[in-house]
Amino acid sequence: MNENEEEVNEDQEMIEIFVMGKRYNVPKGLTIMTALEYAGYKFVRGCGCRGGFCGACSTVYRTEDEYKLKMDLACQTAVEDGMFLVQLPFVPAVREEFDIEEVDPEEHDNVMLDYYPEIARCVSCNTCTKSCPQDIEVMDYVQAALRGDIERCAELSFDCIQCGLCSIRCPADIKHYHLAQLARRITGRYIDKNSDELDKRVEEIKEGKYDEEMKEMVEMELEKLKETYDTRDIKEEG
Amino acid sequence: MSSGYPDYMDESIKKVEQTRAERVDKTPERMSPDQADEVLNNFHPDYKKEGKDTLKIGPSKGQKVPTELSKLLRAHSVIDPSEIDLSQVDYDVDVLIIGGGGAGTVAALWAVYEGIEPEDILISTKLRHGDSNSMMAQGGIQAADKADDSPVKHYLDAIGGGHFTNKRELVKALTMDAPKILDWHEDLGIMYDREDDGNFVELPGGGTSRYRLHSAGDYTGMELMRVIRDEARNYDIPVLEFTPAVELIKDDKGQVAGALLMNLETNEYYVVRAKSTVMATGGFGRLHIQAFPTTNHYGATGDGLIMGYRAGVPIRDLDSVQYHPTGAAFPDQIVGLLVTEKVRSLGAQPVNADGELFVNPLEPRDIEAASIIRECRGRENGVTTPTGMQGVWLDSPLIEEKSGEGTIEDNLPAMVRQYERFGIDITEKPILVYPTLHYQNGGLVINDDGSTPVKGLFAGGEVEGGVHGKNRLMGNSLLDYNVFGRRAGINAASHAKKASIGELTLDHITKYERDLEKAGIKTDRKSPLLLPEYRGDKVLSRHLDVEVTL
Repeated sequence: MNENEEEVNEDQEMIEIFVMGKRYNVPKGLTIMTALEYAGYKFVRGCGCRGGFCGACSTVYRTEDEYKLKMDLACQTAVEDGMFLVQLPFVPAVREEFDIEEVDPEEHDNVMLDYYPEIARCVSCNTCTKSCPQDIEVMDYVQAALRGDIERCAELSFDCIQCGLCSIRCPADIKHYHLAQLARRITGRYIDKNSDELDKRVEEIKEGKYDEEMKEMVEMELEKLKETYDTRDIKEEG
Repeated sequence: MSSGYPDYMDESIKKVEQTRAERVDKTPERMSPDQADEVLNNFHPDYKKEGKDTLKIGPSKGQKVPTELSKLLRAHSVIDPSEIDLSQVDYDVDVLIIGGGGAGTVAALWAVYEGIEPEDILISTKLRHGDSNSMMAQGGIQAADKADDSPVKHYLDAIGGGHFTNKRELVKALTMDAPKILDWHEDLGIMYDREDDGNFVELPGGGTSRYRLHSAGDYTGMELMRVIRDEARNYDIPVLEFTPAVELIKDDKGQVAGALLMNLETNEYYVVRAKSTVMATGGFGRLHIQAFPTTNHYGATGDGLIMGYRAGVPIRDLDSVQYHPTGAAFPDQIVGLLVTEKVRSLGAQPVNADGELFVNPLEPRDIEAASIIRECRGRENGVTTPTGMQGVWLDSPLIEEKSGEGTIEDNLPAMVRQYERFGIDITEKPILVYPTLHYQNGGLVINDDGSTPVKGLFAGGEVEGGVHGKNRLMGNSLLDYNVFGRRAGINAASHAKKASIGELTLDHITKYERDLEKAGIKTDRKSPLLLPEYRGDKVLSRHLDVEVTL
């Protein structure tokens, strides 16, 4: 069964949606994405992972008798009666190139401002936060970046799927999802401590510590390998 | 919008709650080899006689593959070679990378590190750069870096999990490279979950003998993919989005020499001549093998298998398909989506409608999945959903019973969010799950340097086979695309420096057509598939084949 192949019962409750102005009747209980497909649209753009991780299916909609524009992911939102839908294929936000070796926060006054000076124009309207389908405190992370609190910016933005809805709505033309990516990479590279255990293991492998044992494993006769596997010790508790 | 579980499930949920206290410290023994064989033979979809075809043509003639794949392998090419003008080359590059997910992007970066100029690389991808299964992986990535662990232990786990069918040199490469890959990730600035001293937080996974799973919440795949993509953007590596490859191009010496791409919006074709070509198209979950729902992204239609096979690359282990033990079984809107194995790594147990624990939560995936199917279909201890699906409970609230309040929110934010959208709080209520089509275990045959048996063609990631044998362990797919993406990229780069390309040809496509005819195969079907068909039957039955312009 693929997601739309399910039998649509004759008595199934149908609802009415509008896709870029055109009216369609679709079964209740579908997501916006599967409802559009039911109606006959085949996606090229506006569809990616279908699981809420890639940010390809940003959708703007409003419902009947409601003046507010709403935003969400088409693959994660159930259709409602009277939805007026528009798919956003692309967010043309500029991304600043950088060299990861050159963004040590210790070497800059505020590295975030050096790459994304427009964050200083944030008027704290909070529209970015309201438009986020992941419910991230977008404005707060922009403010953290402005203060030079890179770690906080990284933490707050961690669940960002880079759909771009924040940037498309921002009156100050801030490229939220790109600056958050920079903050996270700086955090991962310069602020988080590195793993000593990892360094040690990399060194051991380089020195050939496991070469002989590994060679033995690769050449091991099948029955002996099975026995070695079946009798290996398993650590069940941490 | 639906909210929460239907009332009739309350009784079963209460039973789960009642048995929770006595299950907290209980872990059933892992199965003996005989017990594992029994449940696999009787309940795993791979072990059914039906659903597979024997290939009649091509380099792996005689092999069995799922019917859904076999249909595409015995189909006509989407192109007619006589209509293609290869004399006009649109892109002339050193390294062509087919696929813009994890493997392809890693290959591109390592080709740059190896001395290829970014402008001499081209990434062709069907959707956007990064739209891939790599982005969706939640649980984590394995690497043996703890003092009580070693690459040899990792090797043994991977090869036993794969039922000893893996290509051993590939498993060696996978496990010995793993710590180096994590070291590279540290340099790139990937934010892994760490202890206060900087060492990684590590969890167990199904079939692992040590705590070896590194994660970034339950957005591990997304964190890796977005950083790796970000780095490729820093180098300005050219990417053609919505422009998939539709066939490989060879030269008169029999080498792979590039590919024919198609712009999905204008249907125009482009000729790419390349000294090295890397196949990194991912897997085939969207073929819905045995009618299973899938965790895979929209573009996972197995195109690389089709193109590679027509160009003469043999395939392996495609008779086995990974069904992830825990796909969502409710609500209907998210059926088949992934409920990450990390939920079990953190301590949640699968329990039946009566609240009984029926399997060790951390068996290798095929055994865990088969046990869940047995509980539902064989023993009829499952819960039936309003749309007639079966499922068992994954007792998520147990996690906080074991490790304290806040553990779920801290470690599984994506899962919490996913279920919240449908009115279910997974810190309070268990999750209804059933196995879902997750991963293509096998694929194109490769060597440990990422090269395929056909000169000029390399492969990395889910499209290749042999690394995982007939069953992949959790945390080894993110590792696979990094290890073999890197190896394919490095070796594609060094090959490109010495390769010389002859006259371009599509004769292998013409020959494949002849082989189809000789084998008596008659069909209207064309492949690669590129995108799955989900439009409603009603609208398709009234579809007029008229070309209209914008």
